[in-house]
Amino acid sequence: MYVAVKGGERAIEEAHRLLAEARRGDPAVAEITLDQIEQQLALAVDRVMTEGSLYDRELAALAIKQARGDLLEAILLLRAYRTTLPRFGVSEPLDTAAMVIRRRVSAIFKDLPGGQILGPTFDYTHRLLDFDLGNGHEERAASREPERAEAAIEPMPRVVNLLDREGLIETEEPPDAEAPVDDLTREPLRFPASRGMRLQNLARGDEGFLLALGYSTQRGYGRNHPFAGEIRLGAVEVEVVPAELGFGIAVAAIEVTECQMVNQFKGSASAPPQFTRGYGLVFGEAERKVMVMALVDRALRGRELGEEPQSPAQDEEFVLYHSDNVEASGFVQHLKLPHYVDFQSELVLVRNLRAERGVGPRP
Amino acid sequence: MSGYNFAYLDEQTKRMIRRAILKAVAIPGYQVPFGSREMPLSYGWGTGGVQVTAAVIGPDDVLKVIDQGADDTTNAVSIRRFFARTTGVATTRRTDEATLIQTRHRIPETPLREGQIVVFQVPIPEPLRWLEPHEAETRKMHALEEYGIMHVRLYEDITLHGRVATSYDYPVRVNGRYVMRPSPIPKFDNPKLDRSPALLLFGAGREKRIYAVPPYTSVRSLDFEDHPFTIEAWEQACGLCGSRESFLDEVIVDDKGGRLFVCSDTDHCERRREGAR
Repeated sequence: MYVAVKGGERAIEEAHRLLAEARRGDPAVAEITLDQIEQQLALAVDRVMTEGSLYDRELAALAIKQARGDLLEAILLLRAYRTTLPRFGVSEPLDTAAMVIRRRVSAIFKDLPGGQILGPTFDYTHRLLDFDLGNGHEERAASREPERAEAAIEPMPRVVNLLDREGLIETEEPPDAEAPVDDLTREPLRFPASRGMRLQNLARGDEGFLLALGYSTQRGYGRNHPFAGEIRLGAVEVEVVPAELGFGIAVAAIEVTECQMVNQFKGSASAPPQFTRGYGLVFGEAERKVMVMALVDRALRGRELGEEPQSPAQDEEFVLYHSDNVEASGFVQHLKLPHYVDFQSELVLVRNLRAERGVGPRP
Repeated sequence: MSGYNFAYLDEQTKRMIRRAILKAVAIPGYQVPFGSREMPLSYGWGTGGVQVTAAVIGPDDVLKVIDQGADDTTNAVSIRRFFARTTGVATTRRTDEATLIQTRHRIPETPLREGQIVVFQVPIPEPLRWLEPHEAETRKMHALEEYGIMHVRLYEDITLHGRVATSYDYPVRVNGRYVMRPSPIPKFDNPKLDRSPALLLFGAGREKRIYAVPPYTSVRSLDFEDHPFTIEAWEQACGLCGSRESFLDEVIVDDKGGRLFVCSDTDHCERRREGAR
């Protein structure tokens, strides 16, 4: 006889218990601490902060722990918390030229004021598994203190500004300081989207999705001849100007990665030949993300530069509507929810259509 | 629940959502963009419906939550619990007792009445989306009342299959103006939308849209004079209550092709069985 599929509160509660048990794993193994996650899985923390749109290393570490290391789930946790926070105001634009630099490379000049600083990069490591790391001999893996580049006393000029002096690259007009700043987390996306809205969307967009799109532009789907003008990583001050004071106060120092792509542009009827820009900025250390963000930002500037959009990466709605992994992951996974009413309607329809064609059930 | 506002959302956010709802009620069937928030559940799990419910629920409301017509499906249980925890309002399984009903994929069989609000969870609000993927375009088409493309699609179905091959989320025209998606309810439920005495609110969280059908508004399923709109019918009656009028789910009972048909609306089915006793 038919037994109703009763989900029921109890089943849900027990599922939560099973989840907690699975998260903890073997109790004989020491529980991971938030400090450990923050320090030793720092790039995971950075990704969760960036795509979760909240700069808080401890909460991001907590989200990663609670999500059993599923970063997309951690991002959802952080976003759902973020949305309950009051918004105090808008900071002054970050001055990344005044960054305390940990890494700074340019692919378009051999040397430049401030120099090239490799910093903590995977770039020239040989990707050989380091078994010392795995068997507790970490001290052997890092044999001595690294030598650091001397911290620059003067602000390190941005490479694109050097090009700007010659007029070789488009000038970036600073937006009207009085105009309100768009906030993607408070207003729905509308099209055409402002550049601010677009950059916010890309900054919190899924790294994997943007990586594929950026890559597609390199392979000919919306090619725009990119050069990595500059990538820099380091700490910048966040400054706010309280209305009652009228001057800026630094409220925090945050670590960010910034990328300026320099893209060829042959010119149009209204603009002379010059280089154009694509921009990326994210929380923490996320070089791959910031590079693809800049590639996609430039691809999406096609309309303003008079380029005919022909490829997915140039289609504003396609990119901005599908970049968010919290939205995408939820909607894809909601297919797990019961759909048996709609399926029943489809069964009735398909059976009718088959009957009309004279096709019966299999003998 | 301590630490959170009544119905989870802060009052500013509720006010923003209520404004969108008022606009939606004033322009029946029109999709109002709103600043949808991230909710503490996954997109696709009813975040739009939950935000609309949170914005309209009051301490005196009696809430019913159904998914696939049933009160005991897991996500209905989860959403009902969410509001029970965050508001403390009374909940019910009875359609006639509820003042507020949040639903996914069904409209109850028990006729709705004045004063009730039904909140639908909407995955994709745009009826023209499968025909035109770009939002900027579809908004323009709605503004210009340019719905020919939809009629052509229905016509193509008829030439190919002899009938409109859409069985759920069947497009409707609201108040003679906007073409609207009724959310993925079976077309069986479409006639219940027409001149319903209840207020019908539709929330799409991920897509950030709210729309509405105010009480007693005309809602017509799109069709042609020579191919009028029809609804599903079953040869079987409900195996539990014997109903021949309700939407039936098909349950597979063995591996030899055995089937049992039962009401999808669990409350309706229970009432009928109680009445028969």
